[in-house]
Amino acid sequence: MIKKLFDKIRPNFEEGGKLKSFHSVFEGFESFLLVPNTTSKSGVSIHDAIDSKRIMSFVVIALLPALFFGMYNIGLQNYTLAGQSASWFTYFLYGFLVMLPRIVVSYAVGLGIEFVVAQWKKEEIQEGYLVTGLLIPMILPVNTPLWMMALAVAFSVIFAKEIYGGTGMNIFNPALVARAFLFFAYPTSMSGDKVWVCDSQFFGLGNALPDTMTQATALGEAAADQAVSGDFWQYVVGTMPGSVGETSVIAIAIGALILLWTRIASWKTMSSVFVGGAIVAFLFNVSGLDSNEVAKIPWYNHLVLGGFAFGAVFMATDPVTSARTEKGKYIYGFLIGALAIVIRVLNPGYPEGMMLAILFMNMFAPLIDYCFVQKNISKRAKRMKVNND
Amino acid sequence: MKRLFKIRKGLDINLKGVAEKSISKTLTSKEYAISPIDFHGFVPRILAKEGTHVDAGTPVFTDKATERINIVSPVSGTIKSIVRGERRKILHAIVEADDKSTIVDFGKIDLNNISRENLSDLLLKSGLFAFFRQRPYDVVANPDDEPKGIFVSTFSKMPLAADFTYVVEGQESTFKTGISALSKLASVYVGISPEQINTDIMPIHDAEVSVFNGPNPSGNVGVHINKISPINKGEVVWTIGAEEVIFIGRLIETGKVDLTRRIAIAGSGIQQPQYIETLIGAPLADLIEGNVNKTEKHQRIIDGNPLVGRKSSMNGYLGAHTTEVSVIPEGDDVDEVLGWIMPRFNDFSTNKSYFSWLSGKNKQYDLDCRIKGGERHMIMSSEYERVFPMDIYPSYLIKAIITGDIDRQEELGIYEVAPEDFAVAEFICSSKLELQKIVREGLDILRKENA
Repeated sequence: MIKKLFDKIRPNFEEGGKLKSFHSVFEGFESFLLVPNTTSKSGVSIHDAIDSKRIMSFVVIALLPALFFGMYNIGLQNYTLAGQSASWFTYFLYGFLVMLPRIVVSYAVGLGIEFVVAQWKKEEIQEGYLVTGLLIPMILPVNTPLWMMALAVAFSVIFAKEIYGGTGMNIFNPALVARAFLFFAYPTSMSGDKVWVCDSQFFGLGNALPDTMTQATALGEAAADQAVSGDFWQYVVGTMPGSVGETSVIAIAIGALILLWTRIASWKTMSSVFVGGAIVAFLFNVSGLDSNEVAKIPWYNHLVLGGFAFGAVFMATDPVTSARTEKGKYIYGFLIGALAIVIRVLNPGYPEGMMLAILFMNMFAPLIDYCFVQKNISKRAKRMKVNND
Repeated sequence: MKRLFKIRKGLDINLKGVAEKSISKTLTSKEYAISPIDFHGFVPRILAKEGTHVDAGTPVFTDKATERINIVSPVSGTIKSIVRGERRKILHAIVEADDKSTIVDFGKIDLNNISRENLSDLLLKSGLFAFFRQRPYDVVANPDDEPKGIFVSTFSKMPLAADFTYVVEGQESTFKTGISALSKLASVYVGISPEQINTDIMPIHDAEVSVFNGPNPSGNVGVHINKISPINKGEVVWTIGAEEVIFIGRLIETGKVDLTRRIAIAGSGIQQPQYIETLIGAPLADLIEGNVNKTEKHQRIIDGNPLVGRKSSMNGYLGAHTTEVSVIPEGDDVDEVLGWIMPRFNDFSTNKSYFSWLSGKNKQYDLDCRIKGGERHMIMSSEYERVFPMDIYPSYLIKAIITGDIDRQEELGIYEVAPEDFAVAEFICSSKLELQKIVREGLDILRKENA
């Protein structure tokens, strides 16, 4: 039935049809609803059923636990700070209503640009933004204004992705570029203690909070050389202020399991991020930097605080921007974990280091790969020399 | 002393319709095709014009570049027509077979008293030399080269592939004669599977035998070369199909060219998957007609196996290197709703987002020819590396070929590969890139540049 509908309207979108300029959009919807039944012409006749659409969909599925918990937490934080309590469903509904326009705006702006570019390049619409579009609202503070987010989305899709050639060709993780853009362009909206708790009412839910009632994240407190509130288990469960998707390690762990089981994310990258972070944080623990509160955060707390776990699971493992050689993944991951903690401890201005660590290592991933590929190349060259002598 | 190689990377694909080890008939057809297109790198000049009579073993085409490599007729008969394609490229010469089969007699050969040159000349004259392929470039070998080795693989792990242990049954000594003949030309390396150790093809004298254990593509001769003696720039190795070694053995033993081979007829579209004995160039229709499942669905006829075979049709002919003919559903008439998110139990995938892993490794799948996705840039990392057992970075090599960076292709080992080595990687590629085509074009360009 769906097939018939598509067949009927197809001529409109083909060369010479009235709606030719929406060709990409039409194809996008068709391949969304039906598995393309184009068959191979050359090469292998049969193909593995996996395609990038399914890969991206599974990343989105893996993100959902963290997203849902984030929604609940938005409500929880708002009501707690206002000194009230409500049912978990109210918390969730409030958070859902807060997040919905953010997700809609992110997809509308990002996909809009992708549609235009795809049409222009006469390519199929690619699925990469499905993941990025959800990641961006999840890694921003909940109070980031919508227009700001729209600007960041546009910036990252155009300058971090499309100018490199689109999905699969970018060097930097687009979601992190969006965050970094805002961090440098509008620093006051990205950190400090005013941004982490939603402070307005939505559809009669929630509480309008006055400016004086604010709360910093645990890392924010430590960076300001205050004692850190909360304990390990609170960090793991995630009932505390923070970027929407990043607070609950349990929800992130569910996503991690999905990604590892389907082999979409590399366990090598993911685990070495944690190893790198743990080792460096442990070294700071025993280093005796007494004046630095961040250095004194126990190493196991570092791994569950802030965006560390979220970055390790969803950002560092991005197959496009991470190291592509298997051995390179160990080094790439390790350095991300290590750098993130170093930035946290030694940079007084900004309490979270994950974003910058990953972006920095995105830049070095090709270099890491280069070393391993070059090793293979010189082995071959050496072999030739031995044989020709 | 046999060396044992354990291949870990790769993927076996279990398809429905593996050929049963029985022979239905020995087939004789009315006409046969002699196809120079089966011999990549061979530029044909016509020796036998339309209307002339040829014997089995009479040269029909010769290679323009060397004027020494011939392709001969598999049967005696009259050249009925020369079929040309685009730009007058010669596709086939069609021979109408006559009743009394006359065969060119090259005389029996005493392997102990024949020089390398004489043997080489004999193979060139009899058209069997054309079956040698060389690496680099995976083209018909050049008779002026002295290869550092000749590699033969006696098994294939490709889905629906013919089982050589069965194909060679009763002809083991002929096969060994062929190997002994090869050893006059260069040192010979034979790669066998563990199951073949205790069969009659062993022991093989005059060759170094290695055992390769592991999933597809462990039967690819390219993998064997890479593990035993990888090719460096400037070196040449030859490869030849195990079935074609039998052709050489027959020539040595009888002095006659006999291009009969045992072909597997396989795939879910076949009613009785089994073997047929026939000559190369036979019409596919004769091989499978009446044996194809009667369904409304479209079927694809493949000259070869589903991974490296050529898409063909009822009007096609058996290729010169073909060891099996498979028929599987085409799939262009299937409409699957929301497939990207459905569990899809009957679709095979190495990715565990499909629940086919629940069915275990022994489940046989009935896959169709849909690509099942749109073409993308390489998104996932190390996909190819997981199934590519050679000491090469396949994704980097592919990128170097796509960007046309010849120096880098050389550095990354393009001389060691043939398109078939990328078949499994192409199967699992989630970006749906046509890897074999990319590699073939890359090799062709490189060959032209280096010439």
